[in-house]
Amino acid sequence: MAKSSRNRRSPLASAGLHATLLIAAVVAVFPPLWLLITSFKPKNDAFSTELVTHFTFANYRHVIADTQFLTWFGNSLVVVGITTVLGVFVAATTGYAVSRFRFPGMRPLMWLLLITQMFPVAVLIVPLYNLMASLGLLNQPAGLVVTYLTIAVPFCAWMMKGFFDTIPVEIDEAGRVDGLNPFGTFWRLVLPLARPGLAVTGFYTFVTAWAEVAYASAFMTGEENLTLAGGLQTFVNQYVNDWGSMTAAAVIIAVPAGLVFAFAQRHLVAGLTSGTTKG
Amino acid sequence: MTDTARMARARRKEAAAAAPPGRVRRALGTHWYAWTMVAPVVLVIGVIIGYPLVRGLYLSLTDANEANVERNIGMNHIPATYQFTGLENYTEILGDDVFWGRLGWTVLWTVACVTLTFSIGLALANLLNRTLRGRTFYRLALILPWAIPAFVSVFTWRLLYNEKNGLLNKLLAGGGIDAVPWLNDPTWAKLSVIAVNVWLGVPFMLVALLGGLQSIPGELYEAAEMDGANAWQRFRDITLPGLRGVSSTVILLSTIWTFNMFPVIYLLTRGGPGDATEILVTYAYRLSFVDSPRDFAGSAAWGVLILLLLSLIAVVYRRSLRKQGEVW
Repeated sequence: MAKSSRNRRSPLASAGLHATLLIAAVVAVFPPLWLLITSFKPKNDAFSTELVTHFTFANYRHVIADTQFLTWFGNSLVVVGITTVLGVFVAATTGYAVSRFRFPGMRPLMWLLLITQMFPVAVLIVPLYNLMASLGLLNQPAGLVVTYLTIAVPFCAWMMKGFFDTIPVEIDEAGRVDGLNPFGTFWRLVLPLARPGLAVTGFYTFVTAWAEVAYASAFMTGEENLTLAGGLQTFVNQYVNDWGSMTAAAVIIAVPAGLVFAFAQRHLVAGLTSGTTKG
Repeated sequence: MTDTARMARARRKEAAAAAPPGRVRRALGTHWYAWTMVAPVVLVIGVIIGYPLVRGLYLSLTDANEANVERNIGMNHIPATYQFTGLENYTEILGDDVFWGRLGWTVLWTVACVTLTFSIGLALANLLNRTLRGRTFYRLALILPWAIPAFVSVFTWRLLYNEKNGLLNKLLAGGGIDAVPWLNDPTWAKLSVIAVNVWLGVPFMLVALLGGLQSIPGELYEAAEMDGANAWQRFRDITLPGLRGVSSTVILLSTIWTFNMFPVIYLLTRGGPGDATEILVTYAYRLSFVDSPRDFAGSAAWGVLILLLLSLIAVVYRRSLRKQGEVW
C-alpha cells in the first residue's frame, strides 16, 4: 500500500506532507535547541534573541565548579541506576508470571498494577513522608528508589507481559523437557529473547526516575542531598534568577537521558505496541 | 443414628479437617514459582502504596496538621495530639467552592490535553507511516521531547514564555504584536500549560500509535482501494478500528497521567497566577508542603477524592470498552 500511494502521491500532496512534518519537527526540536544555544551565551545575554555572539563555557564552568551540581548529579545517578536495574528485573519476573501462568490472585494483581498507576502523589506523599521519616529513609537514596519502583514497575510489568506473550510457549516447553525449572527457563531461555522489551522497560524506568519531581522535592532536603530535579529549582525560583546556570545544568542533565533514549529508541515502537495491544 | 450415618459424618469431618492444608499445599506446589515471581512487586507495592494509602485514609478522617502531629523539637519528643473528626474534612471540602473550581479546571485540562495530544499524535503517526524521504529524521525529531526530562523542558518553556524577555514575546514584538502575559494572566496561563503538556505528551502517543498502525495488515488497504474506498473511508473503516486496542490503552493511561500531571503545572506556574492553573493534585500538594501551617488531613482528603474520581473514570471507561466487545 505504501509503495503504490507514493507512486500516486501528487507533488502538491508530497509538499504538504513534508511541510506539515517539518513544522511539527521544528516545534518539537526548537525548545531543546534554544536551551542548548542559550547555555553557551554569557549569563546576562540569557534572554537575547540573537544566536550566540559571545560564545562561552562560563555557565558550564560555573555550574560544575561553584555549585553542588556534581553532587546532585551523583545522587541522581545512584538513585536512578539502582531503580532501573531493580525495576527492570522485577517487572520482568512479574510480567513473565502473569504472561505464562494462570494462578490464583492473577486478576487482582493485574488490577493492582493498573490502579497503582492512578494513585495521585497527593494521597501518598504525606503518609509516605512520615513512613520514610520513621524508617530513617528521608534524604537517603533507598527511600527514593523504592518509591520510584512503585511508579515505574506497574506500567513496565504490563509492557513486559505483552512482550512475553509474543514469545512462543514452545520455548518454555523445550526448556522444561530439558530439565530446567521455571526460573531456569525464564532466566536462560526467555529473558534473552525479550531483550527489546528489557530495553524499553529500562528506558521507561530510567526516564521516569530521572525526571521525577514531586517525591524528590519532598523527600530530599538539604543542599547536598538533592537530586537533579530539586537542584535545578535552586537556580531559578522566587529568589534567584540564574537562567545561565539553569540552561547549562539542564543541558548536562538531558545528555544521559538522550543517550539512554538513543540506545532504546530502536526498540520503542515494537515494544510499546506489543505492550499496549496485548496488555 | 445408624452406624453408616455416623461413619459418613466422621469421614466428612476428617475430610473437612484435611482439606484446607491439602488444598493450600497443592496450590503452593502448583503455583509457588508464579507467586515467587510476583512476590517482590506485591511486597513493594504493599509497603509503599498499601501502608500509606491506609494511613492516608485515616489521616483524612482526622484534623492532623503541622502543629499537632508527632514530632521532635530538639531533644523533646512531642506526641501526636490530632483527633478523629470523621467525615468533617470531606463535608468541608465538598461544600467549598475551591474544590469544585479546581475540579472543573482539572477536567477541562485533562480533556483538552488528552484530546489534543491524541489527535496530533494520530495525525503525525499517519503521516509518518508511509514511505517518504527523511522519515527517520522526522521520527527522531518528533520523539525528541520525550528523551528530555520533563522538568528540563518545563524550565526551557519558562525561558521562552518569560513575559519581558522571553523569545516568544520578542518574536511577537518583531511582528508588531504586544507582549502576551503567557504565564501571568489566568487565561493565557491555562493555554500555556496545556500547550506545554501537549508538547510533552505527543511523542508517547506518536510512538504507540505508529506501532499500532504498523500492525495493521497492508492487504486491508489494498482491498479497500480496489473496492474504491477513498482516503477518508479507509482511515475511518480500517485505520481507526485497527487502532482500537492501542488507543483505548493509551487514552486511559494518558487520562490518568494528565489528571495527576504534577510537574508541568508545579514547575511552570506553581498553580498561579492566583490559583488559576492549580489542578487537584498540585492543590493537595500545596496544602501539605507549601502552605503554612501544613494541613496534612486536608491534603489527604483531597488525595482520597482524587483517587475516587480516577477509579470512577477507569471503571466507566473499561465498561464502555467491554460493551464494544473488547475483552480484558
